[in-house]
Amino acid sequence: MSGTQRTLTQNPLEKTWVPSLKTRLSQRRGSSVPQFTNSPTMIVMVGLPARGKTYISKKLTRYLNWIGVTTKGINLTPQGFTRDSACAIAALKDVCDYFTRGQGQVVVFDATNTTLERREVIRSFAKENGYKVCYFLGQVKLTSPDYADCDKEEAVADFLKRIDCYKLTYVPLDDDKDRNLSYIKIFNVGSRYLVNQVQDHIQSRIVYYLMNIHVTPRSIYLCRHGESELNLVGRIGGDSGLSTGGAKFASALGAYLRGQCISDLKVWTSHMKRTIQTAEALGVQYEQWKALNEIDAGVCEDMTYEEIQENYPEEFALRDQDKYRYRYPKGESYEDLVQRLEPVIMELERQENVLVICHQAVMRCLLAYFLDKSANELPYLKCPLHTVLKLTPVAYGCKVESVFLNIEAVNTHRDKPVNVDVDREPAEALETVPDHV
Amino acid sequence: MSPLTCGVSLLSVPIGSELEQCPAEWAESSRGDLAMSTWASYMTNSPTVIVMIGLPARGKTYMSKKLTRYLNWIGVPTKVFNLGVYRREAVRAYKSYDFFRHDNQEAMKIRKQCALVALQDVKAYLTEEGGQIAVFDATNTTRERRDLIQDFVKENSFKVFFVESVCDDPEVIAANILEVKVSSPDYPERHRERVMDDFLKRIECYKVTYQPLDPDNYDKDLSFIKVINVGRRFLVNRVQDYIQSKIVYYLMNIHVHSHSIYLCRHGESNHNVEGRIGGDSELSPRGKQFAHALRSFIEEHQLSDLKVWTSQLRRTIQTAEELRAPYEQWKILNEIDAGVCEEMSYEMIQNTFPEEFALRDQDKYHYRYPGGESYQDLVQRLEPVIMELERQGNVLVVCHQAVMRCLLAYFLDKSAEDLPYMKCPLHTVLKLTPVAYVQTVQTFYGKMSRDSVLIHRRNSYTPLSSHDQVKRPRLYSAGNQPWLPLAPTPSALMPEGRQSCIGSESD
Repeated sequence: MSGTQRTLTQNPLEKTWVPSLKTRLSQRRGSSVPQFTNSPTMIVMVGLPARGKTYISKKLTRYLNWIGVTTKGINLTPQGFTRDSACAIAALKDVCDYFTRGQGQVVVFDATNTTLERREVIRSFAKENGYKVCYFLGQVKLTSPDYADCDKEEAVADFLKRIDCYKLTYVPLDDDKDRNLSYIKIFNVGSRYLVNQVQDHIQSRIVYYLMNIHVTPRSIYLCRHGESELNLVGRIGGDSGLSTGGAKFASALGAYLRGQCISDLKVWTSHMKRTIQTAEALGVQYEQWKALNEIDAGVCEDMTYEEIQENYPEEFALRDQDKYRYRYPKGESYEDLVQRLEPVIMELERQENVLVICHQAVMRCLLAYFLDKSANELPYLKCPLHTVLKLTPVAYGCKVESVFLNIEAVNTHRDKPVNVDVDREPAEALETVPDHV
Repeated sequence: MSPLTCGVSLLSVPIGSELEQCPAEWAESSRGDLAMSTWASYMTNSPTVIVMIGLPARGKTYMSKKLTRYLNWIGVPTKVFNLGVYRREAVRAYKSYDFFRHDNQEAMKIRKQCALVALQDVKAYLTEEGGQIAVFDATNTTRERRDLIQDFVKENSFKVFFVESVCDDPEVIAANILEVKVSSPDYPERHRERVMDDFLKRIECYKVTYQPLDPDNYDKDLSFIKVINVGRRFLVNRVQDYIQSKIVYYLMNIHVHSHSIYLCRHGESNHNVEGRIGGDSELSPRGKQFAHALRSFIEEHQLSDLKVWTSQLRRTIQTAEELRAPYEQWKILNEIDAGVCEEMSYEMIQNTFPEEFALRDQDKYHYRYPGGESYQDLVQRLEPVIMELERQGNVLVVCHQAVMRCLLAYFLDKSAEDLPYMKCPLHTVLKLTPVAYVQTVQTFYGKMSRDSVLIHRRNSYTPLSSHDQVKRPRLYSAGNQPWLPLAPTPSALMPEGRQSCIGSESD
């Protein structure tokens, strides 16, 4: 017979089932997402400076962190120009620390690793420590943000000096001699890729991501549906229609967009009535994505915060303790939401001008991706009703313009209360609940 | 009244203030507007022709079939057009490699004619039969042939994407020949050495005129992927759209190493015993026995480096726990969400939601439980699992009935109509191993299968996968049903001979 059947206990925060015995097998990271990387990976950027390497490495770092792969960028372009390799050695120590103590999984090593000698240093360092290495040669032509704030002439002079110096020692990766290395070469502003020996899940995800991003100027508009019937009465979730205010917002949205004179705007909504009703008022084609549906609040669907406190006070407190990882009973967590939204992000990268009409939690996740917000900040990002956020990629990040369309709406933002203990008083739990009918 | 369906671009239809969800009336619009019933409907309306390029025995047919199976599974109607089939139609008896000599003028005429006929079929598939992607599986090794195809594509406003397979490893080529060519209809006597000899000479004929894609000059504006040495290296050029980037991603993740995938459900659960669907119950005593048997099974088969995956529901985890091996939990392997019907028995559903029960039987693949999911949603949810299964070696997936049906449908190329009725009984392990172009399935029954509750509902089971790739119009609208009792379904609409039975699990 089965003998000792180990019992499973449910982690109260994430609602994941784990064996109650602490054995070697149960020492898992306790994440709701499977971990694919066993060995840490170093992505090493190779190539001449100011060719968009820093852009790519920052973007990649942002994407990987957002999908839950702890990634850190280690940048080696110092202010004053020096080819000193002591800098590189110090950086490698940082890498080691990050992988062992910091529990990191990926490091994006952005430096001008052009000399054969320096590449060899990195390669042997990785081999010694059992790290995987993937070289990345980005030759994306971009105006370098490095020089954004500098005097033009000075910048150009300095830049040319750097290029000249590096050219002398630059040895590109050789297709034949380096055929056993993992590397990705990008040519011609991303229209062509050469991918060699992609080893694992993370590397193939990275290649897929890189193939989908572009640098054509465009804007992404994020907003929530218009105020809904359930919003008015302070209830979460559900699938209600727009309130009168919400309907007014929908037409105001139409007017705003027409004013913006956007060429070829794509409009996306979720499958829920309130976003669809909002889009309908625009009188244009739109696409529905189930992945854009609001976070599933499970047993708490359609409840007010007061009701949640009354019926599930412990759940309510756990949520305040770790809002990102907290999963509603029979529902989802923000962490689950991010996984669900990854194809949306991938498609947003491919597209140009897009308006996404979604929901509060969903909008927070998308915003966190574009603005590089951590898992701790993400669930508290402010995404009020009737406000459009216009995101325009610039330099290494995103410019945000917030436009309130002047139609009154309830506030649905609940800040983290001071007391998050399970044994707190109801009043303490409810102190940050916004007003409603 | 505005019919709403998932992932479909609507024309701007002026509506009143009411949005109704209606399980009916899908307005048939013109071909150009009838959007793809996939979750990625923003894919352009232009159909795409994928053109394979490469010498014989480079894995073109292997990639064509696999890619087609994947695209159909994710909901993009795709079909392979293999030129060899056309050639065998035109020239009944294959004699020898002489047919393929580049100076054999009569043969060349026949071969070109075959290509033109095939392209006409491609055109019909993409314009009249509802196809979205046609895979033109032929050597296409000369510029002349590829220019011909490009003219055809331009004439018809299709998109084109080339997939070239380049391989210079003689071992790989020999292995390919042995695996698929020896059993080809061209060589009925199957004499290995003679086949190998003739086939290698056939390849030499093609080599004379082979002009590979030239990314730096002649072909620099084409959209293509060059697969070099079975995926050791890829060159990707000018990916135009979503579907091309998915194709590239897929091709980069598949491999040809031999591996087996084991699919099974969790052991019998307490809900199974009570006839309830969904929920998060524990294993019954019989279920625990199965878990124990599963452990012996794995030990017997000495599966090296076996990865074990479960969902995040208790019953699969308890099953895996018994294996005493590390396992990964995937939330996306969770059973289909039955929404308001969760934890009900089929009897309760029949009594409480009779119209829902009937609707489900009408189109089980597209039907979405109120507040829950459909099989179609499940496929979308499971796509990352499939992608990762392609990357991995030996994997055991301990999952659930509806989930297992979706995964199995991918491996066995079952249509959306067949998928929801595939037999996935408890306490049974399916071992899938790729051989040549197909998956072989070995079924292992647990000792308890005779006694365990029969889960599979006695319903009509369509044994053959339908080759009809045309997407049918949707019956159901998006999202959740408003909580209103609907009129009972007129009996005339109930499919004949259908009876609902009591089972359990979301069936």
